[in-house]
Amino acid sequence: MPFLLVIVPFGLLFGVAGAEAGLNLAEIMGFSVLVIAGASQFTAVQLMADNAPVLVVLATSLAVNLRMAMYSASLTPHLGAAPGWQKALVAYFMVDQSYALAIQDYERQPDRSLAEKLAYYAGACSPVCPQWYVSTWAGATLGQAIPPEFALDFAVPITFLAMLAPMLRSAAHVAAALVSVGLALALAFLPAGVGLLIAAVAAMVTGAQVELWIERRRA
Amino acid sequence: MTFTPLEIWTIILVLGIGTFLLRFSFLGMIGNRPLPEWVLRYLRYTPVAVLPGLVAPLVIWPSGTGGEFDLPRLLAAVATVGAGLITRNTLAGIIGGLAVLYLGLFTLP
Repeated sequence: MPFLLVIVPFGLLFGVAGAEAGLNLAEIMGFSVLVIAGASQFTAVQLMADNAPVLVVLATSLAVNLRMAMYSASLTPHLGAAPGWQKALVAYFMVDQSYALAIQDYERQPDRSLAEKLAYYAGACSPVCPQWYVSTWAGATLGQAIPPEFALDFAVPITFLAMLAPMLRSAAHVAAALVSVGLALALAFLPAGVGLLIAAVAAMVTGAQVELWIERRRA
Repeated sequence: MTFTPLEIWTIILVLGIGTFLLRFSFLGMIGNRPLPEWVLRYLRYTPVAVLPGLVAPLVIWPSGTGGEFDLPRLLAAVATVGAGLITRNTLAGIIGGLAVLYLGLFTLP
């Protein structure tokens, strides 16, 4: 399973990052079990390490998860008829990997029954979610034993950049990323996290506008 | 970090519940009303709008050096993006970035 290769190092790194930021084991596991969303967990921990205000931590980390609403919308035609508790489980386990696997399958075979689609979804979650908990726990426990020469502080930026690079699919994505970088650096003098919120909103608008502009030029 | 345990658990719980509600949003509501196109257009850009701005200050003013600019860390960041762009693979980006980071840390003066 290729996902295993991605999830385990991610989980380890999150455990290490949480411990570096000064969280205890229960708090680190609280994140991985109650939130299970890698990018937003990293965002929250990084902003907490910078002592950003609680509301800024929450707003920024939730913004990273806005894409989950898109996933939810696109799964609804396939799984919307399931009973409420099953949809709640589907929602809890909805991560990039389980969504990507499931939607590929549903679009290839849209005529399958609801039970078959739910079974496929459960299968898509099983290689991802338990490993996330276990590897977080391992990283949080082992993290403290790693000496500072290994520059583990930089594991977080590298993880983010590595998640980011494959997302730069179009000129609009690149433009949004550049605006985000430029404004975040220019506004770094503001209280922790505030400059990032402004930069992120401006970057979203930039991405959407560039996309419109490119579409109009093609038309 | 100067957060109290209460603040930390508040962040964890609110983030957990908020994330769940985002995931549950459309599945939980009846009907298959699709999102308006302009909303989707903004949502598409949230990850690439948030993550670069979060990382950029950490690359220029790393926490591990107390905020001093550090060449190995900058080169590692460039290598991570480069490897990630070429391979379209997150794990390859992490490995490339860590390789350049350690090469730089242990060989550059």
